[in-house]
Amino acid sequence: MSAILELQGVKKAFGAVVVADDQSWSLAPGEALGVIGPNGAGKTSMFNLVTGTLRADAGQIRLGGQDITGWSAAKRCRAGIARSFQVPQPFAHMTVFENAYVAATQGAGLSGRAAEALCLDVLDRTGLIAKANGQAGGLTLLERKRLELSRALCARPRVILLDEIAGGLTEHECQSLIQTIRDVHATGVSIVWIEHVVHALLAVVGRLMVIDFGRKIAEGEPQAIMQSREVREIYLGIEADG
Amino acid sequence: MSLSVTRRTRLSTAWLIVLVPIVLLLIAAPWWAGRADLRLMGEIALYMSLAVLWNLLAGYAGLVSVGQQAYVGFGGYLFFALTMLAGLHPYAALPLVVLAGFVISAPVAVLIFRLRGAYFAIGTWVVAEVFRLSFAQMASLGGGSGTSLSPDIVRSLAEGRDAREAVAWWLALGAGMLVIGTVVWLLRSRQGVALTAIRDNELAARSLGIDIWRTKFTVYVVVSGLTALIGALIFLQKLRISPDAAFSANDWTAFVIFIVVIGGIGTLEGPILGTLVFFALRETLADLGTLYLIALGVVAIVIMLFAPRGLWGFLRDRWGLELFPLSRRVSGLAKKEA
Repeated sequence: MSAILELQGVKKAFGAVVVADDQSWSLAPGEALGVIGPNGAGKTSMFNLVTGTLRADAGQIRLGGQDITGWSAAKRCRAGIARSFQVPQPFAHMTVFENAYVAATQGAGLSGRAAEALCLDVLDRTGLIAKANGQAGGLTLLERKRLELSRALCARPRVILLDEIAGGLTEHECQSLIQTIRDVHATGVSIVWIEHVVHALLAVVGRLMVIDFGRKIAEGEPQAIMQSREVREIYLGIEADG
Repeated sequence: MSLSVTRRTRLSTAWLIVLVPIVLLLIAAPWWAGRADLRLMGEIALYMSLAVLWNLLAGYAGLVSVGQQAYVGFGGYLFFALTMLAGLHPYAALPLVVLAGFVISAPVAVLIFRLRGAYFAIGTWVVAEVFRLSFAQMASLGGGSGTSLSPDIVRSLAEGRDAREAVAWWLALGAGMLVIGTVVWLLRSRQGVALTAIRDNELAARSLGIDIWRTKFTVYVVVSGLTALIGALIFLQKLRISPDAAFSANDWTAFVIFIVVIGGIGTLEGPILGTLVFFALRETLADLGTLYLIALGVVAIVIMLFAPRGLWGFLRDRWGLELFPLSRRVSGLAKKEA
């Protein structure tokens, strides 16, 4: 089966700092891919490259076989790539409902009742419906993270990129988030999920990728990756034996 | 749980009901207001329009222009040229002024949108100066010293001075309603949703599928065309135009920014309230001469210290007031939320 999202030799550097070094990987339709790596490894930069917030210096990015490397962030979203930001970026002076409505009308291209119904449904699933009329600027950090997820879903993506969405949640909240993401996955949306809360990640993803210094250093079946020497050395900070 | 989405609030419905008699009363103004009052009210309507338009530009689209006098002057001069040189009736000239405003602002937008932040602001000012110097070269319109609207054209509006004052007022009132109506319609539309999102967070807006350049371009062109219309009406009321008056940064930009900032930038009601406050101050303090400008400065500083989002921003943050039904609310939530 051909990949829904594919990166080939993608490079990006800011002066001497290389945030993406010849990255190549792909995502199959309906797949859930987890991404781990130490802080500053270039995980969020990789999302910025995929969503078009950053432009690649070299390489190619394809969505459903189509080359989108030169596309703007807005066009990529309308084509089916949605993301949640690690540092939430709410429309602070709009209500929670209106935040979702922006995604439904602009990203998914819906209008009128269809857009409203989608927003109400998504907010209900993400547990924000009771806050629908509240200003987004007045939300707590956890609610803001859920708003990020809600907006991304209202854009009706083919691929959703989740950036550390479980950080700082209690165990109970984390379980409900895992269930929400599983439900999203079950509807056929492909997922790439950057997360430090590894047990949450392992509950959802079928494949794991490790990134360090902008390079992909390991990729494969989650349990095997977590046991591997590279991960133990670089990501978990455990010294390799002799 | 059955939920629905509505934009009306009790306040916005009440406001629309109150608005109808207010508008009727204003239309009837020539029968109850004196000539001087009528002129003042006309000026208020035109300033309110400029403020509402500048707020759309700066408060929503983030385009902090200090050069909108370019379009005020352009509209004024074009109106004089179309009526005096091309011999058009004033009523035929006004829509052409709007169209010309759209046409001239499009290439200007392409040029100055390459600039960001402070550079954009300076760029708009430079454009306004270019416009001023260009019109000062036109000998047929009086060059640097300007020209007056010829008496036949003034007479073609209506017979008799009172009737002309009434027509000038209705044009100003009509333009004000057109501007506010257009802005309300725009903000309620799909473009308006995008624009409000851009106001709050450009990064998120872009990532949710909003083409920021195109949205800003649309706003710039619409605002500039309507600003040109207001310019035409301002100089129709004054009957005389000169480059310095037409392209005055003080009159058409500095005062307008003052109005929007004290009223509440980024809200529709802010510039409307700000205009009323500005004229209340001007009418009570104008006798003080230069002290009047100092007083305006003090008012601006005090409001910025105690209500940094302007007077309407303060009211809205505190009580969630909204006169025009713009935002969407979910109804049918649990009672404690209602």
